[in-house]
Amino acid sequence: MDFYLTALLQGLCFAGIAFGIYISMKIFNIPDITTDGSYTLGGVVTGMMLTHSQPGYVILSAVLLAGALAGALTGIIHTKLKINALLAGILVMTALYSVNLSILGRSNLPLLSMPTLFSAVNFLTNANQNSLVILGLFVLAITLLIGYLLKTDFGIAMRATGNSEHMIRALGVNTDRMKITGLALANALTALSGYLMVQLQGFADISMGIGIVIVGLGSVIIAETIINWLQITSVWLSLILVMAGAVIFQFVLALTLDIGVDANLLKLVTAVFVLLIVGLPRLTGRQT
Amino acid sequence: MIQLSNIYKTFNTGKPNQVTAVNNVTLNIDTGDFMVVVGSNGSGKTTLLNLIAGNILSDSGSITIDSHNVTRLPEYKRSKWIARIFQNPLTGTAAELSIIDNFRLAALRTQAKSLSIGKNDKFKTLVRDKIATLGMGLEDKIEQPIGTLSGGQRQALTLLMSVMDTCKILLLDEPTAALDPRSAENVLRIANNLIKEYKLTAILVTHNLKDAGNYGSRIIQMGEGEILKDIAGTGKQNLKQNELYDWFG
Repeated sequence: MDFYLTALLQGLCFAGIAFGIYISMKIFNIPDITTDGSYTLGGVVTGMMLTHSQPGYVILSAVLLAGALAGALTGIIHTKLKINALLAGILVMTALYSVNLSILGRSNLPLLSMPTLFSAVNFLTNANQNSLVILGLFVLAITLLIGYLLKTDFGIAMRATGNSEHMIRALGVNTDRMKITGLALANALTALSGYLMVQLQGFADISMGIGIVIVGLGSVIIAETIINWLQITSVWLSLILVMAGAVIFQFVLALTLDIGVDANLLKLVTAVFVLLIVGLPRLTGRQT
Repeated sequence: MIQLSNIYKTFNTGKPNQVTAVNNVTLNIDTGDFMVVVGSNGSGKTTLLNLIAGNILSDSGSITIDSHNVTRLPEYKRSKWIARIFQNPLTGTAAELSIIDNFRLAALRTQAKSLSIGKNDKFKTLVRDKIATLGMGLEDKIEQPIGTLSGGQRQALTLLMSVMDTCKILLLDEPTAALDPRSAENVLRIANNLIKEYKLTAILVTHNLKDAGNYGSRIIQMGEGEILKDIAGTGKQNLKQNELYDWFG
């Protein structure tokens, strides 16, 4: 049971990445893979600041700012230098590896005895269940914030930017600035995942972000499949499904480990699973 | 309202496919003018429109709009004066957004898109009433993605969107080229009514010589980037259909 609880906790931590990818890929239509770098960046900033006993709100702001800077950089390279978004993301992600290593100063930083977000308040005596409550509240707050943002006039302009760039420019929006802001927001959310994960697992690691973008993509694709299937147009429901996507993704991985699949094959299973979600609706669609 | 002086625009400069799209054009468009632009393909009509809208910047010359020099101003800043209707109905609207969301953005064309929720009940009622004036029965579908509508319906809504916020200039780039004859007629009639009602300065680029004859207070013909003919006032009103055809003879 505890095994699946851990999967749930991890899934909730990854909700930030899922929201980030949802914003960059679904709302702005930009394939952004700065993710691997900005997730680790969020993690190492958290790790370093915890060991320097900074207060929680300072750490949180620093993490969001660091992620936003990374995203904005990708956005600037993409819009101002007119470089393909994928390449811009790869460049920043590659550069971030060195930045992260410099911040961390070594490849792994344990934080086991540190007071973290999850030990700040004790709702329940069981540590994992207590983490679940805190994490649940935290993710709920983020979902509400993003949901509100997407409902505002600014949010509508954001959604239109990815949908009809000509139109939104004719309606007085600086699309370059909008994309930079969007990528900054997406990567701030991704860094937030790193922030949560490092505190949950009790260590920061330089390689924690390698291949993590698949987690976000998988979550968004799970959500999208359900959204298309049920023809959902509500922004709130879409966001909740994206969050649920992140949790479902972790459950599937937990299940594969539980039924005895070799842990070394986990990435293969991940890839096949994402392929299945993307491919199955199309295959069944063709037969009918 | 709009002054262009000695405007040049060359594409692919220095390459074998170099083309001078607009060649030393000087043009004065008065407030309230409804100018129709005709000309064969490649004559520079659309480039002229894009130069005014600002999604293309001129090589030399100057453009003023409403006594402001806008020569180097990007498109999103010129939207303060200008609303645009594109040739492709898909371009002028955001397909995945609902009708109401599209209208909300249009209502903020000249303003900042702030972090507050402006899509309230009052705004929805306003939009519903406006859409009802089209008589297309779309007022009950405002929460529907605009992409689910037909080209004619989208083009009609785009026209309505252009007057949701203060608008001085309406640019119509072959707005009916993708529509069936009946929708086309409908869309131009709506455009004409709005131009009169809101006293807009308008430019209509069209290949349809019948429309060119029926609408507008002034007509220019372009060819090889230059203005070949420029007829306004009673001359435009008395212009016969076959005379127009002769221009292209």
